[in-house]
Amino acid sequence: MAETKPRTRTIVDASSVLRMPPHIKLRHEAGRGRWIILGPERVFEPDEPAVAVLKRCDGVRSVTDIVEELSKEYDAPAAEIQSDVIGMFQELADKGVVVAAT
Amino acid sequence: MNDLTPVQTQEAQTAAEACGRAPVGLLAELTHKCPLQCPYCSNPVELERANTELTTAEWQSVMRQAADLGVLQIHLSGGEPTARRDLEDIVQVASEVGLYTNLITAGVLLTKERLAKLKDLGLDHVQLSIQDVDDANAERISAYKGGLQKKRDVGRWVKELDMPLTVNAPLHRANIENLPNIIDFAVELGAGRIEVAHVQYYAWALKNRSALMPSRAQVIKTAHIVEEAKERLKGIMTFDFVVPDYYAKTPKPCMGGWGRGIMNVTPSGRVLPCHAAETLPGLEFDNVRDKTLREIWINGQAFQKYRGFEWMQDPCKTCPKREFDFGGCRCQAFAMTGDATNVDPACSLSPIHQDFVQIAEEASKQEAPAFVYRRMAPVKAKAPAEA
Repeated sequence: MAETKPRTRTIVDASSVLRMPPHIKLRHEAGRGRWIILGPERVFEPDEPAVAVLKRCDGVRSVTDIVEELSKEYDAPAAEIQSDVIGMFQELADKGVVVAAT
Repeated sequence: MNDLTPVQTQEAQTAAEACGRAPVGLLAELTHKCPLQCPYCSNPVELERANTELTTAEWQSVMRQAADLGVLQIHLSGGEPTARRDLEDIVQVASEVGLYTNLITAGVLLTKERLAKLKDLGLDHVQLSIQDVDDANAERISAYKGGLQKKRDVGRWVKELDMPLTVNAPLHRANIENLPNIIDFAVELGAGRIEVAHVQYYAWALKNRSALMPSRAQVIKTAHIVEEAKERLKGIMTFDFVVPDYYAKTPKPCMGGWGRGIMNVTPSGRVLPCHAAETLPGLEFDNVRDKTLREIWINGQAFQKYRGFEWMQDPCKTCPKREFDFGGCRCQAFAMTGDATNVDPACSLSPIHQDFVQIAEEASKQEAPAFVYRRMAPVKAKAPAEA
């Protein structure tokens, strides 16, 4: 079998560094006038906050870094956004849209 | 935060809006050739012959036109798509024009070199079908020797090439008790996704209904097994569970609604609103050799026929759920009632729903007859003389 060690669920916290795997494609569809995520036999329609978060999800920035950037950009307290962002990333990780960068 | 919603669950739209809306996916049946002979094959009973197949250039044109039309994902299917030696040329163009490419394969004809080449050309995802995880039973179901071992190899190559893998497992009475092992197999193979798909009874599967139909108790058990596994494997493998119509109370939103999101191109270039649509009378199927995909999608008679809600009769016509299930499946409605505008008998509001359920229950109680394997009909040199 291909797997040498059992796979485990990625649990997202403030220090997590995440990325989109190569087979997940976030792009703007001009014809549909919106952002979409293409994945294995799935098409998702991310809302505006999800797009803002995913665009920063580059395998370098941590969840905390992303929260700080969003906090400045949207002029909202970081403490308030953080739990939302972690919750969103957890959901995305469970769907296979993001993975741990390391 | 309501971050992600699958496109397929968007609110229903009127026929006019649906026409103006681009299809999300295109199923490209590159060939009906297949080394396997699974008795539940979704291909039509009248398989198309190799000498009628679209050429490489024609398929490449379909890919370009699909991207122009706004199709997002291309599902390269068959038959067995790897039986086409020009699969690479088709994938290359599909990828170049920005389509998300999905190879739906039984795997037995693949080599690691070929898979690596397909990946280099832009193939995004592999869906590998399995018949069972018991070697002997898998051979019996597919009438193909050594298939399962080959699938283990293909699964390993897919992971070695760091490509995403879906395992597709059609379920029926000849493998249903093995579901827990099938799920374990997919996890071990490294699949990120599994389709646990109760067989849908059309075409070959309808021919083999008695040989394939599980009991209601077996079906309910599979739902519990999947629920438990979903929770246990959260973040490791996602599940798609296709429930069987015969034991349902509400019909499935077949194709996400007729002519709403999916189009299907047969090996010879006929464009269908669903892969079983050729079983319906009164439909005219356009061919990509004669018209553009866009023209066919928007104005094709077959696409217009059951698009939206105008064609419906009661109980669908006045049903609040019509915007979610679109009245179910036209092909099943026709096969069971002789009228494609009737409600799908899988719906509890269908006057023949009880008969429909009884067919399944009785079939599942009988001893399973032998499979009618999926085979190309022999070529007749001339029509036999009348007796």
